[in-house]
Amino acid sequence: MTNSPQNGHTLEAQHVRLAYDHMVVADDLSLVVPAGKITCIVGANACGKSTLLRALARLLRPQCGEVLLDGRAIHRLPTKEVATRLGILPQSPIAPDGITVADLVGRGRYPHQRWLQQWSLGDEDAVTSAMVLTGTLDLASRSVDELSGGQRQRVWIAMTLAQGTPLMLLDEPTTFLDLAHQVEVLDLLVDLNQREGRTIVLVLHDLNQAARYSHHVIALKQGCVVAAGNAAAVITEEMVADVFDLRCRVMDDPVSGTPMVLPIGRHMDVGAEAASGRSASKSLV
Amino acid sequence: MSATLSGLQDCDRRAPAGDPLRISRRIRRAGISRSVAVGTVLAVCVLMLFCVSISVGDFPVPLRDVVPAIFGHGDNRIPYVVQTLRLPRALTAVLVGGALGFSGAIFQSLARNPLASPDIIGISAGASASAVFVIVILSGSYAMVAGGALVGGFVTAIVIYVVAYRRGLSSYRLVLVGIGVSAMLTAVTNYLMTRAEIYDAARATVWLTGSLNGRGWEHVRPVGIAMVVLFPVVMLLSRGLRILQLGDDAATGLGVNVERTRGALIAVAVVLAAVSTASAGPIAFVAFVASPIARRLVRTPLTLIPSALLGALVLLVSDLIARRVFSPTELPVGVVTGVIGAPYLLWLLARSNKTGRGG
Repeated sequence: MTNSPQNGHTLEAQHVRLAYDHMVVADDLSLVVPAGKITCIVGANACGKSTLLRALARLLRPQCGEVLLDGRAIHRLPTKEVATRLGILPQSPIAPDGITVADLVGRGRYPHQRWLQQWSLGDEDAVTSAMVLTGTLDLASRSVDELSGGQRQRVWIAMTLAQGTPLMLLDEPTTFLDLAHQVEVLDLLVDLNQREGRTIVLVLHDLNQAARYSHHVIALKQGCVVAAGNAAAVITEEMVADVFDLRCRVMDDPVSGTPMVLPIGRHMDVGAEAASGRSASKSLV
Repeated sequence: MSATLSGLQDCDRRAPAGDPLRISRRIRRAGISRSVAVGTVLAVCVLMLFCVSISVGDFPVPLRDVVPAIFGHGDNRIPYVVQTLRLPRALTAVLVGGALGFSGAIFQSLARNPLASPDIIGISAGASASAVFVIVILSGSYAMVAGGALVGGFVTAIVIYVVAYRRGLSSYRLVLVGIGVSAMLTAVTNYLMTRAEIYDAARATVWLTGSLNGRGWEHVRPVGIAMVVLFPVVMLLSRGLRILQLGDDAATGLGVNVERTRGALIAVAVVLAAVSTASAGPIAFVAFVASPIARRLVRTPLTLIPSALLGALVLLVSDLIARRVFSPTELPVGVVTGVIGAPYLLWLLARSNKTGRGG
């Protein structure tokens, strides 16, 4: 990577009210994104995760309060300058008909280009390494239309990577991916975080992945932060019951040692009793 | 994954054969050279047809005499015929075709929908209704007709944008609202025609079909000025347009001021469509077909210059057909472009119905 992003950029929301027209999604919401860490936002459907991410990326302007990037109100900074510090992969970006992978990834360089000096060696480097890291270089001359959902998702991640920003916000980057590719994408984000100190904020659905891959977890419920902190502190049976209205057991993940959520559901009562310690063998009978 | 990262850093800049950097550079350059090649071929075709268009007619001018005659050299009446009759007509065709090509390409890529061209969503209809009003009610001069078309185009665009806008610009709403507005404006035009004196009605009817008949320098001027002034603006805005194609959220994330860029692009596209309507009447389907054909030739999602060249080419060819097929009777060029464009529209509608996309 040519312009290796530096650590230390800060991003925070201060008392924001987020709303679409008159539908308030969150009110008086404050949070700090720890610099140089991986942060996961978790919560039930429609709890405001994506809305919060959009506000942090200045795609949605808060009705009250401010989102601060490096201590300054993000809406008052020049948008192109923000785009060199903060990149976002939105939930449903649009690939124009017939665009090639190389062209799409190359468009991630827009904030670094000026009218007269359009395509530099730095751009070429960033685009190429983004495609190598996401395993999309082989697809470079293919049309995005003809790719599978998983390949397409990796191409979009490559575009966000090519933007080369120290802060990266990704809205459900693992959707449409099979398990192997999910792990690959999450590993890639850890690489970026560890090697280049990029600050990464993700919306994730899978709590176990959130626990494994993030330093900081934010649990949202109806637009409020219910819990925030490291995975072991946030991902508990009580939090899952509160946020997802779901009974579960939380154990130590045998691979990573992080919390692992085992949902119980309606048909597992026997197992639940067993788990609660009465008789382990009963469920097998 | 980590191996590829460090490997890539090691080979940075040294670029040995077959390394990733070279692969991606080769792919990008192939794309650029393809669009340069297509653009060059199209430009040559436009130039050739431009000369052919000047040479054919009741008073044939030999092809080799065309270029000297443009600069006033040649025998007898040749320079006169070329300079006052043929040249303005051919120039109008090239400029109007080019302006429509740009306008169509901008609208279609902003809306991400091939149906959203200015002749379908009512921009041309608005310019026409307003121009017919000037012809019929005010019996205005050509300059007033041109001004009327510009105002009509803008008012229509603003109405469509405001009605279709809802938390961002939805392509589906834009096309539906545009078609509705277009139908209403056509009704207004028809009503105005019933109120017209017979002479005005005849004048308006020929104009409404879209015609290059009897174009003089006064018709070249507005569209010529618009193209000269707006061409650099279009080029300047094209970078933002490429990013807007990725959707509003992604474009904002990449640092494009979405509303401002889109507003500027719409304004430019409206001026180009309205000015061409003022010069040659609402010529159907040129804006509509130019950019999709150009995109298929270049194989990229946005090709502004090839679209403009294709617009010019389509209009020049259509005009030649209109002049020569039923010679000595000349058809209005709009009849020919309609015959070419309508089947494409039907095909597009049938296809988008099948795939569930578009209009």
